[in-house]
Amino acid sequence: MHPVIEQLLASGPIITDGAWGTQLQSLGLEPGECPDAWNTLNPERVESVARAYVDAGSRVILSNTFRSNRIALAGYGLAGSAAELSRAGAAISVRAAGQRALVFASIGPSGKMILTGETTEDELGAAFEEQAAALAAGGAHGLVVETMSDLAEALIAVRAAKTTGLPVVASMVFDSGKNKDRTMMGQTPEQCAEALAEAGADAVGANCGRGIAGYLPICSRMAAASPLPIWIKPNAGLPEITGGTLSYRDTPEQFASYAPALIEAGAKFIGGCCGSTPDFIRALIAKVAA
Amino acid sequence: MVDLSKLHEAVLNGDAKTATAVTKEALEAGADPMVLVTQYMVPAMDEVGRRFECEEYFVPELLLAARAMKGSLELIRPLLAERGAEPVGRVVIGTVKGDLHDIGKNLVSSMLEGAGFEVTDLGADVPPEKFVAAAREKNADIVALSALLTVTMPMMRTTIAAIEAAGIRNNVKVMVGGAPVTEQYAREIGADGYSDNAGGAVQLARSLIRKQAA
Repeated sequence: MHPVIEQLLASGPIITDGAWGTQLQSLGLEPGECPDAWNTLNPERVESVARAYVDAGSRVILSNTFRSNRIALAGYGLAGSAAELSRAGAAISVRAAGQRALVFASIGPSGKMILTGETTEDELGAAFEEQAAALAAGGAHGLVVETMSDLAEALIAVRAAKTTGLPVVASMVFDSGKNKDRTMMGQTPEQCAEALAEAGADAVGANCGRGIAGYLPICSRMAAASPLPIWIKPNAGLPEITGGTLSYRDTPEQFASYAPALIEAGAKFIGGCCGSTPDFIRALIAKVAA
Repeated sequence: MVDLSKLHEAVLNGDAKTATAVTKEALEAGADPMVLVTQYMVPAMDEVGRRFECEEYFVPELLLAARAMKGSLELIRPLLAERGAEPVGRVVIGTVKGDLHDIGKNLVSSMLEGAGFEVTDLGADVPPEKFVAAAREKNADIVALSALLTVTMPMMRTTIAAIEAAGIRNNVKVMVGGAPVTEQYAREIGADGYSDNAGGAVQLARSLIRKQAA
């Protein structure tokens, strides 16, 4: 086990952080605006999101660098800023974390598919290596390859992330198949856990996708397929519309009520994805400590 | 005699090489191009769509089948055009303004093409006025809107409003889709239909064309 992860987990399961995008929106991020661009435009607002999670008790926080790879940024005309935004994003989280939390910086998908020829394995490898190096330079203590729907892309990102020497978490989205237990490309939790471990991941898991209840079987299946620590970050349910405004279904308490079962199923890192807030983190901590 | 069941099978299995070879052979032997499409290829794509809906097929199988279909259609289209054959329908598709996600939209686009629709793909981050202009220019039957983000979903409503304001709402049906979109949301914003997957989107487009014709 990577020494950073071993030390973290020595005292039991770790509560990570919640969503960033929805938090940034509440601070004025416009629809269609690139959230990661705020790392240089509005660093103090990004830091306030990071700080809110640290204050809530997150022991590991991520960073506002989900799209800071040159392929995803190209859609915003920011391909050339990948390294700058990655480095700045990691540094913001490191400042907010202080001595209270570690920063596992976020590496999200490119948004392009290898299968259709929109991107290539070489292009992906180069983009993720550039991002990973910049996140490390910004002071990240670890890297999280997350929200991946294609195992092939995730493996490329993990290998790129490993070149930094930092611990690497690899987290997939399971939202397809009859039981919503497959990736978009049809891969199972077992296939993902095994392949990601072989590519060098130090922890494997799942995030985004559906609500938290569906994560119990996925968590235990990944745990059975791999000896690595399991990382879980579910959505706060699917968004619903009430009176014209969007909201997420789960309350922090409903969400947190699943934490003991997830830990039972093998989860070592638990946090939230889309729709979750610092209140979800407080609820998780209260539940796990209880 | 060319064994046309091989064409059906090749599309179903995403075998582009065989699909093209059988199509070529059949056309050279004098087969009716329309028959190839309607009796062999479209039913194969329907089966692909069904398997995708039942979640027996995943994205890779869907893409390979669509690619096989497309290869054959490239040989057949010029022949159909010569005869003045009309497409099943004309669709203008895109991901709404502010949203750069295009994987789902591309899948729907491929499946619609495979089903014989003429598809104009406007790409991602498409402003409402561009949907309106393309719908007019292409004389579209259907405008298909995609959004992956909860924050860009409201742009679907804005786009429908722009179509109304342009005075062409009665000329087109609007269908919507994307991970956070629901049937309820589609109704609420005044869309004519919603599908949660690419196979279902083809069925929906067909039924909207029937309604539009009625």
